[in-house]
Amino acid sequence: MASSHGTPPVFNNKVIAWIDHRLPIFSYIEKEYHTFPTPRNFNYFWNFGAIATVMLVLMIATGVVLATNYTPHVLMAFDSVERIDRDVPQGWLIRDLHMNGASFFFIAVYVHIFRGMYYGSYKAPRELLWILGVVIFLLMMATAFMGYVLPWGQMSFWGATVITSLFSAIPVVGDSIVTWLWGGFSIGNPTLNRFYALHYLLPFIIVAVVALHVVALHVHGSNNPTGIDPKGPQDTVPFHPYYTMKDGFGVVVFLIVYSAIVFFAPDMLGDAANYIQADPLVTPMHIVPEWYFLPFYAILRAVPDKLGGVVAMFGAIAVLFVLPWLDTSRVRSSTFRPIYKWCMLLLVVDVIVLGFCGANPPAGFWIPLSQVATVYYFFHFLILLPVLGKIERPLPMPPSIADAVLKKKAG
Amino acid sequence: MRRLIVSGAIALAALATGAVAIAAGTEAHPPHRHWHFQGPFGTYDRAAAQRGYQVYQEVCSACHSLSLLAYRNLTQLGLTENQVKGLIKDIVVPDLNDDGQPIERPARLSDSFKKPFPNALAAAAANNGKAPPDLSVIVKAREGGADYIYALLTGYVPFDKLTPEQVKEFSVTKDDNFNTYFAGHKIAMAPPLADDKVTYADGTKATTGQEASDVTEFLAWASEPWMEDRKRTGVRVILFLLALAGLMYAVKRQVWSDKH
Repeated sequence: MASSHGTPPVFNNKVIAWIDHRLPIFSYIEKEYHTFPTPRNFNYFWNFGAIATVMLVLMIATGVVLATNYTPHVLMAFDSVERIDRDVPQGWLIRDLHMNGASFFFIAVYVHIFRGMYYGSYKAPRELLWILGVVIFLLMMATAFMGYVLPWGQMSFWGATVITSLFSAIPVVGDSIVTWLWGGFSIGNPTLNRFYALHYLLPFIIVAVVALHVVALHVHGSNNPTGIDPKGPQDTVPFHPYYTMKDGFGVVVFLIVYSAIVFFAPDMLGDAANYIQADPLVTPMHIVPEWYFLPFYAILRAVPDKLGGVVAMFGAIAVLFVLPWLDTSRVRSSTFRPIYKWCMLLLVVDVIVLGFCGANPPAGFWIPLSQVATVYYFFHFLILLPVLGKIERPLPMPPSIADAVLKKKAG
Repeated sequence: MRRLIVSGAIALAALATGAVAIAAGTEAHPPHRHWHFQGPFGTYDRAAAQRGYQVYQEVCSACHSLSLLAYRNLTQLGLTENQVKGLIKDIVVPDLNDDGQPIERPARLSDSFKKPFPNALAAAAANNGKAPPDLSVIVKAREGGADYIYALLTGYVPFDKLTPEQVKEFSVTKDDNFNTYFAGHKIAMAPPLADDKVTYADGTKATTGQEASDVTEFLAWASEPWMEDRKRTGVRVILFLLALAGLMYAVKRQVWSDKH
């Protein structure tokens, strides 16, 4: 990969030249993060890949520090988290960063996914890049779910109960799988221990898949708001300093919003019931997952059958894997797809509606609303996308990125 | 696009209102009170929290533990070590002597708050089968936080003031405690506070409302003693990030100036 484009750089520093001759890490950085030709017309939606990377690193760094002070035992976990807040110097800061970092990691990734969908970044030749992204999303969900169990509050315990019990819907082997997940016949210390081990392991697997995601990205380079491939040097800029600066600015703005929550409303995104120690004998009135799972939770509950609900929930993510083949349009960017553009925004509204359905008890009008929203979610992917690609008449596209940029400036 | 955002926002607001309407059952929503610690610059009212400690110690601690706090933590409420030592001089705590035999000795600053019962079983046995909750994080563990705790402490309605409909709907008997703000209204805890239940050393008149407000201030502090540190750090962090963002933006404009 290091030799995929351009001539090898020459390093004046003798030590760097010596190392690079034997292990070309400096050539790699030079080619992939300095001279790397990048479309010149990114908007701020393109910041969220870098923002998500920063959040991943921040989560691992704070997580390792928390792990040095946390005790994975059903009798001590809750108090050990409180000890981190109260008795570990600046422990509250590390915990607030980690706890809210999960939410902000998901915010960044959801915007990143939206950008990929709106601008058709998943289309050829970037299908594998997209699929690796969906794998990262799945790994994040597993990691976040197990992390939420660790403080051993009421929502930790009962959320874990609801989600692990889902596997019992699988015919024949379901109950055995649940026993295997729990490490016993109920959620207990073995469950907490294995969730802790996996919560520590999975982030490093995420790092590995992110590395593959970046490798796949750098084969054909980034998509851009026009969806047109760069045709020459007039369409691109070197990654550094143009996008290192723009990403850097975006990251700092994102961190301001994140800090506002961390320092002034650290418990806003959490559930009050998780400050009550887990009690297997007392079921909370409403069991709700963290906000970033609510749309999927709504889909789970929208189907009146347990197995059907589980299939629908996992199907809602599985459908993303085949998105590149469901979308039959040859035009990437929504900018030139007058109907799809509105369908995409409607899908966002649909997912937000599903989120509200997931947050509320399944009663009254929330049930039919969640069912309609679930049906629309699948309608969008399975029917609308394949059909729309055939019947929609795309708008005329500019001949090149440079033309699009300069025309926009003139107009 | 703008019209879409506006209609989206209206739809969301409508949904959110619906959500609140459904979430509230028959129990009343705790009214919002002004707290000294609210807002981005709010701090704990030291005098109120010290009075609140007195209410906890003389009233609540008979049944409710405060296991995550140690007596040394009270120095954060503006008390000196000697003052705290004075406050706890009559408290004796269980321990083991050098021969491994159980003894009782005077509490030290390093001790955790004394628990009212030796274990959860004993706490449940003494309270009709259900142990009273620990109060260390109670303000964070209830929807509505401090507002809810204050409303609960002052929200009791005597049996003879209940309407016949309420008595019927919630099958309340003379021995039940009816609380306007408790889920299901029937609460095991008898009204804990009353006028002049404590005598404040600073001369503050000990009405039920004053006691409730003071002990809520104390419990809010107990839930998050580091809150003032958190807010102070936050102000610095955000000022730093704002300055950094400004610099980054200026440099970014400079870098891109030949491309626009």
